[in-house]
Amino acid sequence: MPYRLELTGITKRFPGVLANDNVTFAVKPGEIHALLGENGAGKSTLVKMIYGIMQPDAGEIRWDGQPVVVPNPKAARKLGIGMVFQHFSLFDALTVLENIALGMDAKIPSRELEARIREIMGRYGLLLDPHRTVATLSVGERQRIEIVRALLLDPKLLIMDEPTSVLTPQEVEQLFDVLRKLAAQGCSILYISHKLHEIKALCDTATILRGGKLVDTCDPRQETSRSLAEKMIGAGLKDIVRGEGRTLGLPKLVVSRLSTVKTGHFDVPVDNVSFTVRAGEIFGIAGVAGNGQNALLDAMSGEVRGGDKDAITLDGFPLGLLDTTGRRKRGLCAVPEERNGHAAVGDFTLSDNSVLTARDRLGMVMMGLISSGAARTYTGKVIADFAVKALGPGSTAGSLSGGNLQKYIMGREILQKPSVLVVSQPTWGVDAGAAAAIHQALVDLAAAGSAIVVISQDLDELRALCDTLAVINMGRLSPARPTEEMSVEEIGLLMGGVHGATEVHDAVPA
Amino acid sequence: MSPELIIAIIVTVVGASTPILIAALGELVVERSGVLNLGVEGMMLVGAITAFVVVFLTGNHYLAILLAAAAGLGTSLIFGFLTLSLSANQTATGLALTIFGTGFSALAGQGYSARPVTLLGPLFPSELATHPIWRVLFGYSALVYFALIMVVAIWWFLKKTRAGLILRAVGENDLSAHSIGYSVIGVRYLAVMFGGAMAGIAGACFPLLLTPQWAERMTAGRGWIAVALVVFASWRPFRLLAGAYLFGLVMTMELYAKAGGGPLSVVPSELWAALPYLATVAVLVLISIRRDASTNAPACLGKPFLPSN
Repeated sequence: MPYRLELTGITKRFPGVLANDNVTFAVKPGEIHALLGENGAGKSTLVKMIYGIMQPDAGEIRWDGQPVVVPNPKAARKLGIGMVFQHFSLFDALTVLENIALGMDAKIPSRELEARIREIMGRYGLLLDPHRTVATLSVGERQRIEIVRALLLDPKLLIMDEPTSVLTPQEVEQLFDVLRKLAAQGCSILYISHKLHEIKALCDTATILRGGKLVDTCDPRQETSRSLAEKMIGAGLKDIVRGEGRTLGLPKLVVSRLSTVKTGHFDVPVDNVSFTVRAGEIFGIAGVAGNGQNALLDAMSGEVRGGDKDAITLDGFPLGLLDTTGRRKRGLCAVPEERNGHAAVGDFTLSDNSVLTARDRLGMVMMGLISSGAARTYTGKVIADFAVKALGPGSTAGSLSGGNLQKYIMGREILQKPSVLVVSQPTWGVDAGAAAAIHQALVDLAAAGSAIVVISQDLDELRALCDTLAVINMGRLSPARPTEEMSVEEIGLLMGGVHGATEVHDAVPA
Repeated sequence: MSPELIIAIIVTVVGASTPILIAALGELVVERSGVLNLGVEGMMLVGAITAFVVVFLTGNHYLAILLAAAAGLGTSLIFGFLTLSLSANQTATGLALTIFGTGFSALAGQGYSARPVTLLGPLFPSELATHPIWRVLFGYSALVYFALIMVVAIWWFLKKTRAGLILRAVGENDLSAHSIGYSVIGVRYLAVMFGGAMAGIAGACFPLLLTPQWAERMTAGRGWIAVALVVFASWRPFRLLAGAYLFGLVMTMELYAKAGGGPLSVVPSELWAALPYLATVAVLVLISIRRDASTNAPACLGKPFLPSN
C-alpha cells in the first residue's frame, strides 16, 4: 500500500532563515501522525506547503504514490487534504452555515448543505446550531465548525494545527474520540502540537522538528514525555528548582467580593470574586478563555476601577480606588495577556517601554524628565537576565518575536521586585526553554517573599508552578485549594462550569 | 399645503435623492468588501462632466450614462491600484482622488459652462402620468427606477448569493478569506470598480436629471453625503434607501427655505443645509453608545490587506 503522503527533501527559505531544511517523512493511510517541535521549528511552514498556502523551494510531495504540486489550498482540498487552523479562519459576523459554505469549493444549495452538516455532526457527535452567529460561540464550538467544514470534504488527510491549546480537558477528550473515529475509517491525521502527553495518548508516529531540520521519527508510545521533550529542544530539560523547607507567610494580597461591570457584548465580567494570596505563594487561576480572565486582570491592575476601596488590599492597605500607577507604586504590578499593544507599545523602543511601567518604582523620571540612562541600563539588565533576543534597549518592541517580547515583559516586571505580581498567560507562545526560565523566575520571585497570581489556560503550567489553584468560570471563581489535592478531572469539570459540593464553601481560604 | 404641492415635493425629493442613493449603494458594496473609498465625490464629478460632454456632443442620454459609468470605473481603478496593489493608505488616497476628480472635471469642462443640454425625460409615456397621483409612480426618468432596482439587487446579492457571501467574508476577515483560498485583492478590485461605476452614474444624474448644464463642482458635496449615508444606514441597502430619501427631503426643504417658501423660512436655510450632517453625527453617536448592539460595520473596513508570508 503506498503512503498517503510522502515528503522528500522539502526545503523552504525565508530571508535570513531556513524554515525547513531537507525534511523527509511519510504518513500512512489511517495513521495519526504527530508533527512535534517548538515554536519556530518549522512545523507551520511545513504544513502550509502541504496545504498549498506556500510553495517549497526544493523537494517533492507525493500523494498516494504520485508526485504532485499543490499550487493553492483549493488544489489541496481537491486532493482530499483538509486543514483545521490554530487561528480559526472564521468570520464572526456570519452564521455557522455561512462560514461553512465559504469553505466549500462546490456550490451547494444551502438547504442541502445544512442537511449534510447535520448528518456529519450526528455521525461524529459534534453538536452545533448551524444558524447561530459565530461571535456568540465558545472557542470549542468554533473549532467544531472548522472540523465540520473539513469533514464535509471527505478528507483523506486531515491536518490539525495545535487544536487543543484552547480546549478544556473534556473537550480535548471529545476531540480525540472524533479523531480516532476518523482514523479508523482510513483518514490520515497530521497532528501538530507541542503537548507531549497528548501526542503519547493519541498518535501512532511522531516526527520531531528542531530549527527546521528533522530530528527523529519515532513511536511516541515507546518514549517518555521527557525523552520527547529533550529531542524537541535538543538539550536536557531543566526542572523548576524550589528552595527547601519553604513556608508560606502572612496573607499579602486579599481580594474580597470583587465585581466588575459588563462593558461589551462579548465581555464576561467578574462576579463577587474573593481570594487570598500569602507571601511566597503562587496562586493559579485556571479557566477556558473568555470566562472573565481579562476583566479580572484589568480589575487587579487598576485599569478598571470599582467603587470599593477594600476590594483589593496589599498588606492591609486598600488599593481598590487607586489607578494603575498608584497600585504600581504600592507594589502591585500586572502583565496583561495581549503583549503587543497592551503590555508593550510595538512602535516604542524597549527602553521606552521600560519607562512606561517601571518609572516610579525605579526612579526613571526626575521632575518630569526621563532619565534615559537609567531606562537603558535597566532594559539592558532585563535583556541579559532573561536572555531576550534583541539587538539592544533601542530595538522596538514590535521587532521582537512573540516569545522574546514575552520574556522582555516578564523580565521588566519581575526585576522591579513587586510585592504582588499578577500575570496572564505568562508563557503563551513561548518555547519550552524560555518557558522554563520564566517559570523559574516566578518561583524565585515568590521565594523572595512576593505574592504571585498566575492566570493561565495551560493546566500543565499551573500544576507545575502553583501552590494553590482556583478555577474561573463565567466570571465566578471556585474555592481555592492546594494544587496537589486537585485532579485534572476535577479542574476540568470546574472549567466546564460543573461545580461540586464545594460550591457552598466560602471562597476565601481560612 | 395643496395635494399638488405635496406631489411636487415628493417628485423633487425622489429626484434629489437619486444621485446620493446610487453613489451610496456603490460605496456600500465597496465598504462591505472592507475598503473605504472617500473618493466618491471625485468620481461623481468625473462622471458628471463625462455625461455632460457626451450628451452635448451626441444628444444620447443613455450613451452618456454608460460612458459616465465607464469614466467613474476608470477613476476608481486609480484608487484600486494605489490602495490594493500598492497598499497605500485608503483615507489619504480617497481624499486625493476627490481632489483629483474635482480638478480634472474642471479642466475637462472648460468651455462647456453655461451651455444648455436637454434633461433625460420620464421613462414612461406621459399618458401614464397625467393624473398627479400617477406622477408619483410613473413620472420619473430611468435613473430613478435604476436606483430602486439596485437597492433590491444589492440586498439580494449580499444576502442570497455565494458571490455576495464571499464579498462580505472578505470585508469581515481578510486573512481568513485568504487562508481559505479566496482572492482578497481580486474581490476588492471588483467591488471598487463597481463602486466607481455607480459613482459615475450618480454624477451623470446632475447634468441629466437635475440641472441641464455643466458647472464646476456641481455635485456640491453630495458624494460626501453618500459616504456618510452608508454609515447612517449601518451598511444595509434598505436602510440606505430610507436614509437617502430622508436626506433628499431635508435638502429639498433647504431649497424651499432659500426660496422664502412660507413657514420653512423660519429656520435659516443654512441650518437645513447642515441637517444631513448633523443627522449623521447623531447616528454615529448613537451607534457608539450602543456598541454592544452589533454595529454591522465590516471588521476590516479601511485596513490594507497585508498577508504575512
